[in-house]
Amino acid sequence: MIEVERLTKYYGPTLAVSDVSFEVQRGEVLGFLGPNGAGKTTTMRVITGYIPPSEGKVRVAGFDVSEDPLEAKRHTGYLPELPPVYPDMAVREYLEFVGRIKGVARRDLKRRVDEVSARCAIQDVGHRQIGKLSKGYRQRVGLAQALIHNPDVLILDEPTAGLDPKQIIETRELIKNLAGQHTVVLSTHILPEAAKTCQRVVVINAGKVVAVGAPDELTRRLQGYETILLTVEGPAAEVMDKLQRVSGVNWVEPRDSSDGRVTFEVHSEKGKDVRAELARAVVESRWSLFELKTSGMSLEDIFLKLTTKDLSESPSAGVPSSAGEDKASN
Amino acid sequence: MRNILAVAGKELRAYFHSPIAYLVMTVYAVLCGYFFYSFTAVYVVQTFRMQAMGGMGAMPTSLNEMIIRPLFEGVLTVVLLLLIPLITMRLYAEEKRSGTIELLLTSPLTDLQIILGKFFGALGLYAVLMLLTFLYIGVLFLYGNPNAKPLIAQALGLFLFGAALLALGMWFSTFTKNQIIAGSVSLAIFLLLYVLDWGTAYSSSPVQRVLSYMALTTHFDNFAKGVIDLGDTVYYVSVIVLGVFLTGRSVEALKGRP
Repeated sequence: MIEVERLTKYYGPTLAVSDVSFEVQRGEVLGFLGPNGAGKTTTMRVITGYIPPSEGKVRVAGFDVSEDPLEAKRHTGYLPELPPVYPDMAVREYLEFVGRIKGVARRDLKRRVDEVSARCAIQDVGHRQIGKLSKGYRQRVGLAQALIHNPDVLILDEPTAGLDPKQIIETRELIKNLAGQHTVVLSTHILPEAAKTCQRVVVINAGKVVAVGAPDELTRRLQGYETILLTVEGPAAEVMDKLQRVSGVNWVEPRDSSDGRVTFEVHSEKGKDVRAELARAVVESRWSLFELKTSGMSLEDIFLKLTTKDLSESPSAGVPSSAGEDKASN
Repeated sequence: MRNILAVAGKELRAYFHSPIAYLVMTVYAVLCGYFFYSFTAVYVVQTFRMQAMGGMGAMPTSLNEMIIRPLFEGVLTVVLLLLIPLITMRLYAEEKRSGTIELLLTSPLTDLQIILGKFFGALGLYAVLMLLTFLYIGVLFLYGNPNAKPLIAQALGLFLFGAALLALGMWFSTFTKNQIIAGSVSLAIFLLLYVLDWGTAYSSSPVQRVLSYMALTTHFDNFAKGVIDLGDTVYYVSVIVLGVFLTGRSVEALKGRP
């Protein structure tokens, strides 16, 4: 449904996103996980057609966002980090306006507004001014806005940021219910959140994709491994076999090879420095060792940078008992 | 077209949902009314004086020349130079500040549809102001018999003059998130375009002639007299097209930035 191919984006001389590629299947919920400033928003903005890519291709529902922007945008619903609402408008009036510019037929407009209002639980504030709603309601109006034209693809930028625990749980439920009918990409910097809502996670740091996989698989891989990069000139299969047998090494993955040199990713037990043993193993076998270094930033480091605190789980925050609290305006 | 109307309707509603429309209308009505009152008063006094002196019967001066023309000429242009920045300053600046620009630019709309929608929305509020002007002039028709024909040219001139300022003001509004800055820049540049021809009083060098050609108000003179001049019409239409085009370039440039 979404294909991102070697996407690169510069802001002037600053590289924001570098060579990012991934695909999202129809009906899938994909989490976009990374610390602040990693390039999540930039990538999402390119997918929605808000900013053009510097290099690379992005296709949404088969339409290239640069070559066929209107068609691609017709299939995309987008909730930016800040809900794009007009504070002076009433909720229904706003949704009708968005419906019109998103190409909802006039005769369907009322029905669609009713549907998304029900879905996002904002029927009871339909005639209230958006500027006077609470943050939680505004977020839901933003989500309703993204759904109004029943898009195939939903792009949600930090949909739970700034919400209280009860609202976070509600929003997650809502997103889970959207899976299947819509393809959803959501960004977050909170690991447990991605684990709860997404089927697959793309971890991004400093503009580069560092890992892709199901959340539990990623977490398993994270538990107690250290990664070393090793470049050797020698027969790849034999080298791998030899490295595997070094004590303390858990598993070895070939990364890339050129001119007979192969780079391996060696994962070892946490807290154990196997670099000396690795070097000895290579040299003893009379292969040439070109490079040996700890991987600049391991997944673990990145995850440490991610806030792992999950508001909805903290016991002190407690779920507010009063249902009316959400509506309180200020 | 449907998309343009949707955006235009949104803009127009935004004006009337906020105090801007009422502020602009009130200021305009008060200033315009005051000027109308003073011109009419002068006219009445002069007419009495003439009758007392000669009693020639026929009035040597007409309502058109004494009231309507000065009303359009000096006054309205100055009032509009001050008020149009208030109308245009929010067009893009507000969307940029509130983040709603992301909604517009990720909707299946072309940039031109958004720009024209905003332009027509602003033009809608401007049309209300024009209507106020003609309410005052209508009073003259109740109590006198001014010539109606020049009014066509004057209305067209006023419309084109306002539309040209709106298009430029919209462009200035794309530069910044800050409405105050957008408004101040518009005001400064409008005033500059207004005074560009003041030099003609003492100089007729080619440079001065070019400057006074560029001046916004020189092209209004013929319209104010009741004459539709093709050259003046072309001038205002060109400014409108230029304003829309530059807004488009500016919005395009906006997209590459974080």
